[in-house]
Amino acid sequence: MSRSSTATTVVRAVTGGGVGRLRGRTLVAVVAIASGVALGYAVELVNRAAIGELVAGLATLSGDADLEVRGPREGFDERLYPALADDRDVAIASPIVEVDAAIDGRSHALQVLGVDVFRAAAINPALVATARDRLDPLRGDAMFVSPAATAWLGVRDGDVLSVRAGARELRLRIAGSAGSAGALRYGVMDIAAVQQQFDRLGRLTRIDLRLRPGVDRARFIERIQRSLPAGVAIAAPSTGAEASSRLSRAYRANLDVLALVALFTGSMLVFATQALSLTRRRPQFALLRTLGLSRRRLVALVVGEAALLGVAGSAVGLVVGYGVAAYALRHFGADLGAGFFRGGTAEVIVEPLPALVLAALGIAAAVTGGAIPAREAARAAPAAALKAGDPDAGWGEWHAHWPGVAAIVVGAFATLLPPIDDLPIAGYVSIALILVGAIVVMPPIAHALLRLLRVPRSVPAALAIAHLRANPGRIAVSAAAMITSVSLMVSMAIMVASFRQSFDDWLGVMLPADLYLRAGTGDDAVFSARQRGEITGAPGVARAEFMRVTSLLIDPAQPRVALLARDIDPRDPAARLAIVGTAIRVPPGAAPPAWVSEAWADRHALATGSVITLPIAGRTMAFTVAGIWRDYARQQGAIVIERGRYVAATGDDTVNQAALWLAPDAHAAEVRRALDARPAQGPGVAATTAGDLRRRSLATFDRTFAVTYALEAAAVAIGLVALSAALVAQTLARRREFGMLRHLGVTRRQVSAMLACEAALTGAIGVATGLVLGFAISLILVHVVNRQSFHWGMELHVPWAALGLLSAVLIAASALTGFAAARGATREDAVHAVRADW
Amino acid sequence: MIELHALSRTYAGAVPRRVFDRLSMTVSRGEYVALVGPSGVGKSTLLNLIAGLERPDSGTLVVDGVDFATCDDEALTALRRSRMGFVFQAFHVLPYLSVAANVALPLALQQRHGAQADARVAAMLESVGLAGRGDARPAELSGGELQRVAIARALVHRPAIVLADEPTGNLDPAAARQVIALLRDAVKREGATGIVATHSRVAAASADRVLRLAADGLHAHALGGADDVD
Repeated sequence: MSRSSTATTVVRAVTGGGVGRLRGRTLVAVVAIASGVALGYAVELVNRAAIGELVAGLATLSGDADLEVRGPREGFDERLYPALADDRDVAIASPIVEVDAAIDGRSHALQVLGVDVFRAAAINPALVATARDRLDPLRGDAMFVSPAATAWLGVRDGDVLSVRAGARELRLRIAGSAGSAGALRYGVMDIAAVQQQFDRLGRLTRIDLRLRPGVDRARFIERIQRSLPAGVAIAAPSTGAEASSRLSRAYRANLDVLALVALFTGSMLVFATQALSLTRRRPQFALLRTLGLSRRRLVALVVGEAALLGVAGSAVGLVVGYGVAAYALRHFGADLGAGFFRGGTAEVIVEPLPALVLAALGIAAAVTGGAIPAREAARAAPAAALKAGDPDAGWGEWHAHWPGVAAIVVGAFATLLPPIDDLPIAGYVSIALILVGAIVVMPPIAHALLRLLRVPRSVPAALAIAHLRANPGRIAVSAAAMITSVSLMVSMAIMVASFRQSFDDWLGVMLPADLYLRAGTGDDAVFSARQRGEITGAPGVARAEFMRVTSLLIDPAQPRVALLARDIDPRDPAARLAIVGTAIRVPPGAAPPAWVSEAWADRHALATGSVITLPIAGRTMAFTVAGIWRDYARQQGAIVIERGRYVAATGDDTVNQAALWLAPDAHAAEVRRALDARPAQGPGVAATTAGDLRRRSLATFDRTFAVTYALEAAAVAIGLVALSAALVAQTLARRREFGMLRHLGVTRRQVSAMLACEAALTGAIGVATGLVLGFAISLILVHVVNRQSFHWGMELHVPWAALGLLSAVLIAASALTGFAAARGATREDAVHAVRADW
Repeated sequence: MIELHALSRTYAGAVPRRVFDRLSMTVSRGEYVALVGPSGVGKSTLLNLIAGLERPDSGTLVVDGVDFATCDDEALTALRRSRMGFVFQAFHVLPYLSVAANVALPLALQQRHGAQADARVAAMLESVGLAGRGDARPAELSGGELQRVAIARALVHRPAIVLADEPTGNLDPAAARQVIALLRDAVKREGATGIVATHSRVAAASADRVLRLAADGLHAHALGGADDVD
């Protein structure tokens, strides 16, 4: 054995039992690091799968196209196709009509693509069917489905599938499969059949283009774009993928931040665990220092231990993250149920770089947590530290607090900064700065709060207060994780409560009718004029309002914006829309009114009175923004116009949705039965009462946010564990004091009461600071992060009762933690405690 | 009065270590006794037994009329609180309390607050030469001063017995001399019984009686021999 390895063995033997002796807390620290790594890795894997799926799907559908011409959901004039096909720079053009076919009992519509099979064969081979009968691809009743759609629909060749096509029911024969194995669900039909059967005569939704070799793509795009009608754009197929992935980006970024929060909390726990571990081993370290171990080596030793925790946590986190991602993709899909992407199940794509980055982050979090105790251990004077339980042992002396104040001030100003690349980076930085700043300025705050307390007659309480007053730095160290976890919990609780209450209020405004009727899933299922008449005339229906939902392509790099053409009284839009601020009456002669959603107004910096132009029916139409309304349903933005104007502009008088007010003596169930008997009903038609819609929406909301409650509980548990570790560390450091008090006649119970009192006060200060900080962070979450991420606003609602109860429980739990720590301290007899100071 | 009769104490371990066997001694009320002997002979153990912090394996121990055999931990704690005072080698003054609050601690533990208690604390501080230093923090005091605070704390509640374990072990000779004198005077002035375990010849010399603890028991000791204390 070499000298160096012998020395290492001796050092390890002397300092051994560090993390090992603290199995419970070490495990929690590892779990905390693992949680952060797992969450981050799972989000990354799901994201990669989602984007991979999206790109693969679009590649499948776009085939070898160099460019694609896209328009609004309703499509554009098919005469554009021959013009492009004959263009000198175009080698091949493939016209496509995309529609959504509503299917009974399915929550999603099936995307049906009408293709010119001869043209598609050259560009989009995945859209070319494998047919037993060679004429089937040209037959109007034949549909070929992708393998994923076959599995989803549970159909076989020759089966007949009933779908809702526009305003009527259509029976389609499954004639074979289209495309190869993949997760994308779609059906392929002859283009003429789709145009005819789905009421799209003369319309196309997309033209895929392959350019001749040598054509300058940028110039071609510029030349063609000039000739395209309003609302139609030419772009690379990948632009659509980017637009779709952009929708989920903020959602993913928020999940990434949650992962970082978990890592931060893990770092706090490593700090607490290491501080405790070092307090236990202080004499051993002092001995080694006395015998000649350098400070640097001591720091390396302690940081190395922390790194080991990070390695363990990261390894576990990566495995768990993979499992979570695989489970989430299988059960919730690539958008984790948020509804951003549509299609089948995506597969986990493992790449080494993200795993390495997250593992490095996990280890860095642990090393950061271990660095401060390591530095303190190295700085301790060996002679003093050799005396077990010397009064200087422990962590967190009262250092300068101006950096904390500076961090808070900078953090406050950061909230004023705009989003960076559509992400609330400044908002997140602001939260981090305020959080860290608050922990740094904690000692003077704690000192000031403790000065307010009257010293009681009870000796344990008086000693507890005196000890805390003299050591405000240690309160900050003990309560740091608690402050972090409570503030995050409080901020998330306030944000979720605010969102839920605002969502509930929004539902109240947006659902004024008794019964709602929807033609089917997707925007292509419609009610015809005759069906509208049947609905209006149904027994028990006093009044009906209709809405046509479609979407417009305004920027090919952005998702389509929803256009809602609805029956609305321009004098009182607030009766139907959750108007934010004040709506205006458009003066005669001005552009007609449009009411834009907050998200749309926010993205385009629109205010009431602004004039916007919308591409409707291939023409550009000007509208006056008559009001801005809150819309939690469509993140991409929505614009409401009067249905009459839409019909006049497009000639399309179909509708997708109906809101029904019932006669005073009518019952919703009876009206639904009456409507069921009418031809207006068909596959995919759904009639729902306002109450059911509201209940269902709130249930979905609660399901979506259920994970945040679990995260809050986990954060608080971690905070308590960290507090417990800090208290035990301090208790160990003070065992001579307890021994002396036992000599003076202080009972074990009184020592326990003293420590419980200190723990309760520390917990109370932590909770109080966490509450104030959490409230401040909730303001940033509500007004900055949410606003910049999703572009929607909400009213602030503080769940006072829940927060009050939780605070009381946390303070009580802190006291119990102190009691538990005291048990260990008073178990040691007083004689040994005072004699440990040779 | 302290009466020990046939007291035995053995520490458990892989090889049990008998500290003393059938030890007997009597210390009269108001007597100031020095306990000397080589390291490890059991001086501190004896003090701990008298303080009720350790239990003998056999024998009887009666302190100030209380038979320890009849007392549980709570009763012994109460006995220490009301009738005993302690002076330690390492002072054990609480760093987060003021000097006055440290001295007042035994009174507070007996729920004795108010002007009388304050006056008593002030008197004790004056008696140990720390008048006017009540508001000071322990960190501002020297070792000798800290031990004076500890002496004041040991006597402030007028205990019947004061036990001091190496009270000068952490002090330089000059400070040690002052503390020894102060301790003796204070114990005598308050009418308490004092037992001081020490290696210090000076400390032992200040006692009314010196007892030497050896492997074969306690012996009366006259200072000045070859195997004398330091």
